[in-house]
Amino acid sequence: MSDRPDPPAHYREPLLQTPFHARARALSQVDQFTPWSGYTTVDVFTTVEQEYFAIRNAAALYDLTPMSKYRIGGPDAVDFLDRLLTRRASGLAPGRLAYCLWCDDDGHLVDDGTLFRLDETEYRLCAASRQLDWLAASAIGFDVQIDEVTAQIAALALQGPTSCSVLKAAGLVGIEHLKPFQLGRYDCGWPLIVSRSGFTGDLGYELWMEPDHALGVWDRLHEVGRSRGLRAIGSKALNVARIEAGFIAPNIDFIPASHALRANRARSPLELGLERFVDFDKGHFTGRRALLAERERGPRRRLVGLDVGGNKPAHDALLYAERAGRREVGAVTSAVWSPTCKRNIALAMVNWPHCTEGSALWADIYLNRELVWERRMTAARVVDRVFFSPERRRRTPAVDA
Amino acid sequence: MSLRASSNAVDCLVIGAGHNGLVCAAVLARAGRSVLVLEAGQTIGGASVTREFAPGFRVSAGAHLLHSMPATLRHELRLEQHGLIAAATRMPTTALLEHAPPLAVEAWACGVESEARAAFDARMRRVARALAPIIERRPPRIGSGGMRDVLEWLRSALRLRLLGRRDLRELLRVGGMNVYDLLEEQFESVALQGALALDAVLGSNFGPRSPGTVFTLLYRMAGQELALAEGTELPRGGMGAVCAALAAAATAAGAAVRTGAPVARIVIDADRASGVELADGERIAARTVISSADPKTTLLRLVGPRHLDAGFVRRVDRLRGRGLAAKLHLALDRAPAFTGLEPGRLGSRLLIAPSMAYVERAFDHSKYGEFAPEPVMEITVPSAVDPTLAPQGRHVLSAVVQYAPYELKGGWSDGRAGAIERLLGMLERHAPGLRDSVVGAELLAPPDIEREFRIDGGHWHHAELAFDQFHLLRPVPGASGHRLDIPGLYLCGAGCHPGGGVIGLAGRNAARCLLEHGE
Repeated sequence: MSDRPDPPAHYREPLLQTPFHARARALSQVDQFTPWSGYTTVDVFTTVEQEYFAIRNAAALYDLTPMSKYRIGGPDAVDFLDRLLTRRASGLAPGRLAYCLWCDDDGHLVDDGTLFRLDETEYRLCAASRQLDWLAASAIGFDVQIDEVTAQIAALALQGPTSCSVLKAAGLVGIEHLKPFQLGRYDCGWPLIVSRSGFTGDLGYELWMEPDHALGVWDRLHEVGRSRGLRAIGSKALNVARIEAGFIAPNIDFIPASHALRANRARSPLELGLERFVDFDKGHFTGRRALLAERERGPRRRLVGLDVGGNKPAHDALLYAERAGRREVGAVTSAVWSPTCKRNIALAMVNWPHCTEGSALWADIYLNRELVWERRMTAARVVDRVFFSPERRRRTPAVDA
Repeated sequence: MSLRASSNAVDCLVIGAGHNGLVCAAVLARAGRSVLVLEAGQTIGGASVTREFAPGFRVSAGAHLLHSMPATLRHELRLEQHGLIAAATRMPTTALLEHAPPLAVEAWACGVESEARAAFDARMRRVARALAPIIERRPPRIGSGGMRDVLEWLRSALRLRLLGRRDLRELLRVGGMNVYDLLEEQFESVALQGALALDAVLGSNFGPRSPGTVFTLLYRMAGQELALAEGTELPRGGMGAVCAALAAAATAAGAAVRTGAPVARIVIDADRASGVELADGERIAARTVISSADPKTTLLRLVGPRHLDAGFVRRVDRLRGRGLAAKLHLALDRAPAFTGLEPGRLGSRLLIAPSMAYVERAFDHSKYGEFAPEPVMEITVPSAVDPTLAPQGRHVLSAVVQYAPYELKGGWSDGRAGAIERLLGMLERHAPGLRDSVVGAELLAPPDIEREFRIDGGHWHHAELAFDQFHLLRPVPGASGHRLDIPGLYLCGAGCHPGGGVIGLAGRNAARCLLEHGE
């Protein structure tokens, strides 16, 4: 019989601060912070619009430290990852990273994230929320070492058309040759691991460093970024960019399977339109049998892009098959007026068969006009959900204007 | 290499020649399937086996009584024709008491309690009878929407409803209780309470005060209802005779049994079970693989987590399956003389459980990794009714000993001699002179049971039999029944409903399930 130590009294601690907090606090003009995975993070520094345009027209710096990070190693690491993830981990070359999903037994999405292969033997998994419990369950029977390294690694996302040029100016030699989903080791006075990845659908990088170097890197980037339009951004502006890119967010576009209390609330990768990240031919992975059965049955609903009429974002709108609003066929999960596309866009979960591209739907939009509510039944069309994907996102060498 | 393509594939490959494996093989062979049973050990029988433990002395090394094997199953497989003969049937139960004469438990009734006893027995039997079909039949699956499952639900509900309002209400009242409270409110006699409570906790990780022990008592009684005619029974030649008869029934129907063939893994090909690989590397192809091994051994070792979903693996890994019962075997050079015991009752079940408090106290020690200073025992002297087990005039004593922790403080290699000494001391108090008659002794602690019978954890039910590991939830929630998510793979051991105790229903129901699915 072994006596277990008491669990850490994390509930006594206030929100943690990331290594960048001192600078973020100083830059914040509106004092809008929000908790994320136990850390205080910035919602808005100045205004959402100003920060959004930094993402799309210059360079935006976003504190990624609260991303949950796990170091995965050991003799069975690849087998473990192949059984955990819906796509093939064994195909990932050293120095590469990949967007990946993991499901529960029922084929419902637990979370999505990125898998880094740092070298021959070491992997790192990054996710928006804590995953240790599920990773530990998935590790039963595998000779694998999993360490939570969230607090040991500070991270910044540098995104936007001038991001490459900022990094070059900061001294990252050859950064323009880094391909999408590739990672490399660089130096800007402090050692960095840089991956060409991000959550904005644009040219961009993510920078991973030791917490002790965090402020030095931050200052260096701001110093060289001033002339390149660099601006620190909060999660509100990032959210606009990610909707334009068609990326899904947990608890907004899907409920992680481990959080869903009600039956039929969790969603599968097939329903979320992520089937290209599911490899049924790689051997068994958790949820495979359930997903095969679902594919066999045919999808019941699907997360799609919507092109909504007018310019009022269709927040939380219910969707109908006809203007009279009798047959409800889905609901909007994310909505925004896209300043870059000049379109009123949304992501929506829509029932079969109304989720096919080109389907005409009606969005029931509620508008609060100085405390008087108005209802606008607005025409919407199902479209590809990648609204914004500039060519510079993929081009290598990267644009360093 | 694909095994399915090979032409010599058997229809059904059964892992383990214990009673459930053999029942399953016999039922499948009788239905016309080609069946091969692979047994890791050199002999068949699993935990229903007779073996020598001292020169000339043989004993049922695992289970030592047959009390719940359904009459229907025995008739279906014609076990009597295949050599299963009873040395004793309708075995009575005797409570051994230190300062009072032994108590004939089944007949005991005194004064004001006679009526209470009769009413209690009758009600418990009525409830057990209503539960018996639930024990006997395969649990329905939740959420399948299938007609069979819906009917099964209705059937179970109807069975219980037919108990009538009073009995159903009583079942709901006592069903979740502990046996201590129930017996405390029913009877005055502490000796009777102790003896009845023992049946509720035998083989489990419970004391009389543990929640859910009325349920385990009813469960045992329901099993006995299925076997009603014969009652508790000692097969001639020990429990090995049960498996010998089962093997004879299986081979007569065309099944082959191979011993000394330990399975190293179950081969999964394109997400389908396609055979097994033996420890020496030999591969045997099969259309279906049915494992009678415990769920952890089958799923975590033979199949392997990489072929299974993580949530399912976690549930299997979390199964409670640590044994808390040991087996004591003594070779005696003369008949044991229990104080005050009529000679005719030496062939009965002899219980050392003089009160519920005594049993609970013995259990308390096990929680802290200690062997009970005053252990609880269910003793049989099978040689009293079966002369084949010991040389002329000599005797064999076999006892289930509660409570012997799997992880004994200080370890079993150091603790074994002391434990045997304590047990002999206890027996000596009830049968003076017994210690001097001992010519051979063996104590199988849970780790020994784990090793000898290849049961992960050494629990005779393969997984604790409790509310949360019962019926729909057995072996684990979301995977009740016998058929696994991997096509062609079935479970037929005690880890499935209705559990262990030489019942054989898990084996039969697995075979029926397989046949229903046309495999």
